[in-house]
Amino acid sequence: MIPRHLVISVAVMLGIALGMGFYVWHMRGRVISGAASNRPVMPPVSGPTEQVTLYVAYDDAGVVRPVQARIPLPVGRQQRAEELLQALLGVYLDKSSPHPLGMGSEMRAVFLVDPGLAVIDLNAAFADSHRSGVLVEELTVASLVQSLTANVPGITRVKILVDGKERETLAGHADLSGFYDASSVNQLVAQMASGQ
Amino acid sequence: MPWTSYSGRQRRARHSQLHLYSGIFVLLAAGSTLLLLGVPDEKHLSVYSNAANYSLPVTERNGSDYVGLLELFEPLGTVTSKTGGGGHWKFRYYEVESEFTAGKTRVKVRGKEFDLPANFLLENGRGLVPLASLETLLPRILGGPVTFHSSALRLFIGNVAVHFTAQMSKTDSTKLVMDFTSPVNPAISTEPGKIRMVFAHEPLVAPGTQSLTFDSKTIPSASYEERNGAAEIVIASSVPLLATFANDGRTIVLGPPPATAAQTPQPNQPAPQASAPPQMLASTGPAAIRSRQIVIDPSHGGEERGAVLSDQLVEKDITLAFARRLRLELATRGITALLLRDADNTLSLDQRAATTNAIHPALYICLHAASQGNGVRLYAPLLSGPGENRGPFLDWNSAQAGFLPNSQVVQAALAAELQNRRVPVRSLTAALRPLNNVSAAALAVEIAPPGDDASQLDSPSYQQLIAGALAAGITAARERIEAGQ
Repeated sequence: MIPRHLVISVAVMLGIALGMGFYVWHMRGRVISGAASNRPVMPPVSGPTEQVTLYVAYDDAGVVRPVQARIPLPVGRQQRAEELLQALLGVYLDKSSPHPLGMGSEMRAVFLVDPGLAVIDLNAAFADSHRSGVLVEELTVASLVQSLTANVPGITRVKILVDGKERETLAGHADLSGFYDASSVNQLVAQMASGQ
Repeated sequence: MPWTSYSGRQRRARHSQLHLYSGIFVLLAAGSTLLLLGVPDEKHLSVYSNAANYSLPVTERNGSDYVGLLELFEPLGTVTSKTGGGGHWKFRYYEVESEFTAGKTRVKVRGKEFDLPANFLLENGRGLVPLASLETLLPRILGGPVTFHSSALRLFIGNVAVHFTAQMSKTDSTKLVMDFTSPVNPAISTEPGKIRMVFAHEPLVAPGTQSLTFDSKTIPSASYEERNGAAEIVIASSVPLLATFANDGRTIVLGPPPATAAQTPQPNQPAPQASAPPQMLASTGPAAIRSRQIVIDPSHGGEERGAVLSDQLVEKDITLAFARRLRLELATRGITALLLRDADNTLSLDQRAATTNAIHPALYICLHAASQGNGVRLYAPLLSGPGENRGPFLDWNSAQAGFLPNSQVVQAALAAELQNRRVPVRSLTAALRPLNNVSAAALAVEIAPPGDDASQLDSPSYQQLIAGALAAGITAARERIEAGQ
């Protein structure tokens, strides 16, 4: 015969275990969904705002369009570059994104390497969760490169890394093994817009 | 009654119960953790029979591998089972009755008793027998021969084995001809110095010896191996090889691409490395497209499936289907086309470029498929600079530079043909490897569905429409390039 108080204590323990499990599961879901939907559209930088031109990809038309935005920008070139791309990612991670990125997509850092080379370091989730296709990947790359080169003077080439390492492609198509020439990407964006 | 009045025996019992419930609590926590972290991959048993070829999960119990008897027999015919008292389990396959007892080795089949090498297990009405018993148990139930390759987890029911022979071609000493007794469709992958064919669904068995040698400098040897429920043939080679299928999949011919074959390998020539050759010999320049082949590259393949287009469609299958149709369409126009892969095999981007450059084709065309948008998108190479060309050597990353004008001619011709057939088309540039590594006119074609339904990519009529337009465009490009020269 199992004593009553033991049964009660074990039942309480089981209840606590199940409750904690449910709570952890619930919080896990909140953290994951929070990464996608609670990301600030504008970077959390204080100070005066500046008008910049973000080159935003639109899946429905398959183009990259210039969009004017006012965002607070620091003085340093590297910090400006990072804040600029954070603002662009904010657009893509928003619920009404014209070019949705996968959950957890982040830009880890931007490095400006003289002369004229910018290195964008994306996190693994950015590439791993990116939709696969020639155009959809090219839109992402063109948007990142064009937004950077159009707003940070002196950048002529851009290299994209994933988690600090070179990767062959973004999601099976867009080449990440080489450098993106600013003028070539500028022509590509114009070519897309021309409706060819 | 206050708990302090428990006797020593009662306290021990209470402690045991406490340990029991604590154990349950720990198990619950561990179980939850396992659920969150996922479970490791399962072992599988491959079964080959005249009725079906299939695989089953292998369950480990008490240090032995087990398989479910019902799952094993269900694809073979009518089976029933009945659980009785005392762990008694009756199994019936057509008219053959067998009796098992949980936790016992003794079984009775067709009225005759014998022992299994390990205990029979019964879990939720599911009878589990040790893998080691299959070769003795199954012939008694099936009444026919069964062969079990235990180390490779491959079970052959009846005389289903597929045999093969491999010998160098009598007409071309650089080609290895492999003849199989039934059609095969292996997954083919290439590595530096070797080509690997994995037969996951075919009951392939070893030839007389597991190691074969050939009197050829191009293909000196081949070996056969079985593991993880599959058979593998690995062929050593001193040059990149192409696999072509013939005789309804009963023959595989392995040999160098045509241009490489023409250059007989020298004894001291090192085996080419498939990974990232930094530079390559320049070709003699663009020649007339009419006199040379078209290389069609169905993108992705093997382990690299490409984009997931729908629940049932992946990019690698669609590109291969389009490539085969395009080859056929070109053949009807008198243009010879070579597919870089004609099966579900893995090729790296460098291998695709190296093989193409070895052929010196008139045109390289790589096919992609996408679910986004509609119609066809044509991509000319997007170059990021002239590259560092030195004398007869071209920079690997910009080998395309000298051929870009011809690539654009082909792009314009294909766009015109697609527009003529009212297929929505866009012409763009893309940094898409291996376009920039190809020393020939090169173009990428991304085929999207005609509307919102990605399953239309698998439609024969849509594939035919696109393949016909592309073939007509290639024919027109040939005329334009010839006129320009």
